[in-house]
Amino acid sequence: MIQPVILWTDALVFALVAVVTIFAVYARKKEHLRAPWRQVVRSRMAMASLVVLSAYTVTGLLDSLHFREALPSQDAQQEVQYSGNVLSVLDLLLGPMRYQDEKTYSAPFATHLYTKETVVGEDGESMRVTPRLKYGGAHLADPQADRTADIVERLVISLLQTLIVMLAVGLLLALRLARKRNVAVSAALRMMLMGRAELPWRTTLGALTVLTLVMLLIANFSAAWHVFGTDKVGKDVLYQAIKSIRTGLVIGTLTTLVMLPFAVSLGMMAGYFRGWVDDVIQYLYTTLNSIPAVLLIAAAVLMMQVYIANHPELFETMAERADLRLLFLCLILGITSWTGLCRLLRGETLKLRELDYVQAATAFGVSRATILVRHLLPNLVHLVLIAVVIDFSGLVLAEAVLSYVGVGVDPTTMSWGNMINTARLEMAREPMVWWSLLAAFTFMFTLVLAANLFSDVVRDAFDPRLRR
Amino acid sequence: MFAYIIRRALYALPILIGVNLITFALFFVVNTPDDMARMHLGMKRVTPEAVEKWKVEHGYDMPLLYNAAADGTAKVTDTIFFDKSVRLFVFDFGTSDSGRDIGQDISQRMWPSLAIALPVFVIGLMVYISFAMLLAFFRGSYLDLSGVILCVILMSISGLFYIIGGQYLFSKVFHLVPVSGYEPGWLAWRFVLLPIAIGVFAGIGASSRWYRTIFLEEINRDYVRTARAKGLPETRLLFRHVLKNAMVPILTGVVVVLPTLFMGNLILESFFGIPGLGSYTIDAIQNQDFAIVRAMVFLGSVLYILGLLLTDVSYTLVDPRIRLS
Repeated sequence: MIQPVILWTDALVFALVAVVTIFAVYARKKEHLRAPWRQVVRSRMAMASLVVLSAYTVTGLLDSLHFREALPSQDAQQEVQYSGNVLSVLDLLLGPMRYQDEKTYSAPFATHLYTKETVVGEDGESMRVTPRLKYGGAHLADPQADRTADIVERLVISLLQTLIVMLAVGLLLALRLARKRNVAVSAALRMMLMGRAELPWRTTLGALTVLTLVMLLIANFSAAWHVFGTDKVGKDVLYQAIKSIRTGLVIGTLTTLVMLPFAVSLGMMAGYFRGWVDDVIQYLYTTLNSIPAVLLIAAAVLMMQVYIANHPELFETMAERADLRLLFLCLILGITSWTGLCRLLRGETLKLRELDYVQAATAFGVSRATILVRHLLPNLVHLVLIAVVIDFSGLVLAEAVLSYVGVGVDPTTMSWGNMINTARLEMAREPMVWWSLLAAFTFMFTLVLAANLFSDVVRDAFDPRLRR
Repeated sequence: MFAYIIRRALYALPILIGVNLITFALFFVVNTPDDMARMHLGMKRVTPEAVEKWKVEHGYDMPLLYNAAADGTAKVTDTIFFDKSVRLFVFDFGTSDSGRDIGQDISQRMWPSLAIALPVFVIGLMVYISFAMLLAFFRGSYLDLSGVILCVILMSISGLFYIIGGQYLFSKVFHLVPVSGYEPGWLAWRFVLLPIAIGVFAGIGASSRWYRTIFLEEINRDYVRTARAKGLPETRLLFRHVLKNAMVPILTGVVVVLPTLFMGNLILESFFGIPGLGSYTIDAIQNQDFAIVRAMVFLGSVLYILGLLLTDVSYTLVDPRIRLS
């Protein structure tokens, strides 16, 4: 028995998915929106980063399907009680990584704990030893001798599996291309591999291969090893890094989602109506802009902490409280970051409203609301899209800094910022604990780099100044 | 020009009032002083007397906006709004929740902040512009391509990693500079060297790429083509003509941050233990010292508005075609 839990951010994440789907359906029919996208998917860089981004997105979405497990009840008559622990579908997929906790720090692929412990031997004598791990490499009889062999074996298995999966995927894609182009499968396959097809298949397949390999490596290794070691309380670091993906994505996307309506409507209104409306809106964003962003966020988050601390009765589970804090952080980040886009849209609207077709619409007596929505908005979509894509990576990076300052996500929420923050203190330990930092760095860097490369291509494709 | 500056300064007033109202609403209306007192005193078993005592000690025992009990002008002046918010306009920051004089703290901590922020700004600007010029000079070549890729990679790394990595490499492994700390006077150079270097390095990616775009836009202008057609060497063209004209968009982005340098760099200062305004702010946030946060918000906005004004003035200096009216 499970009880589905829909957190606030879950609902908004799926609302966002709906918005993107609607936009995709809309854009399919409009040639001026389709053409730039065609240019995007033809770029090798865009396809490679798209593969990475979609892997992150799928992980984030799986992690957004939450539920609570029923507690085992002794008595059949009793009403079913649900655990206070909110899990997600991703937790089920990651399986043992979630609960195979060690005692404390252990290095990546370690078989023994990182720190020495005093153990009383059979003869009553106490010794300082590093004990074996409970799960990491526990299946080996003689860790010293068997470790390398086991790692190599798992590596080879992963490589073989990747090969099989990719052959299947490649064949399927070739079949699809063959049917679409009405050629033989072998011809389609040749087209894909020689780089003569429309899409950059070689890069895409290459990226997919690397991605599959990484996923299979994680699957094969994490069953018996701690790939990125364990942290102070013995939690698997890789698990934390994977769970942090959702936090990063939520902050990167929901922030934009909440800011967009304000930025678009106010920016367009300021540019179109001019006069006192323009003055008021300009005053509003200059005022908000003049407060240093970190301080405004800090002030708002501090105030929210006081509020949450004083109203503990509002939240049923820890996850709900942490989630509300995450949502609030998105809101406040949105408030501090909408001004740039608003100013941009205002300037563009000022320019557009003087164009002949808008003047003609005015002369025909088209209502102002219709002009705004039907004639001006479609011509601003590309600016909005560019801004959304560019803002994403900046927001993911901002999360880390805010968590460091202490006004980021809830300490119980797994996020790269929190990981870096705790790892910072571990760097001072002797001997040094570096793997949390490495894990956070790897996951964050991959996401932000892919997002940056993707946004570059999107900007080039949509910016009319660059279109030739 | 002078009249313009005066007018702009007057225009800043409503903005500062707005900032003040926002902070006031955030700090006193969303959560009452009672909530704050409870937060500071700890959640368990707080007696109403203790809350009352805390409020009196920190001057939060007055009504928010209107004091009906007082008489005359005191009806307005004996309120939290007047006492805590309006006084900021004359830069009277009052005392922090831990009882220190904020104004004095700020004037002391400003200098270490500047010792980091100013060199980062100046050296950074020179490095970024030179690097961007280099890329623009070799535009379209493999050097340019690899430079741009390097920029994208550098800007995809969180600033925190630069600091952690730099501290580890130069302080722990090579023992070149102390890990953290500060000393007033000229001896400070040992402590500020690494933060400055990291501050400059962390900005290379984003800034150089942006400046490169500006340079490339300028290089494609007609006057550049004319000058090239007349036989001007490429280097001279780049340094004399393009650089001068590209300074206009660069200045817009850059001058605005000049006054806010006083506020210091939050992350750098707190990592390196430099007693500047940045670490002051972080400490205040972490200790939930609302009086300091409020003061810093106000100071930050004043400096930002000053930056906007400076931007406009600097336009006329670099571009004689722009006149302020």
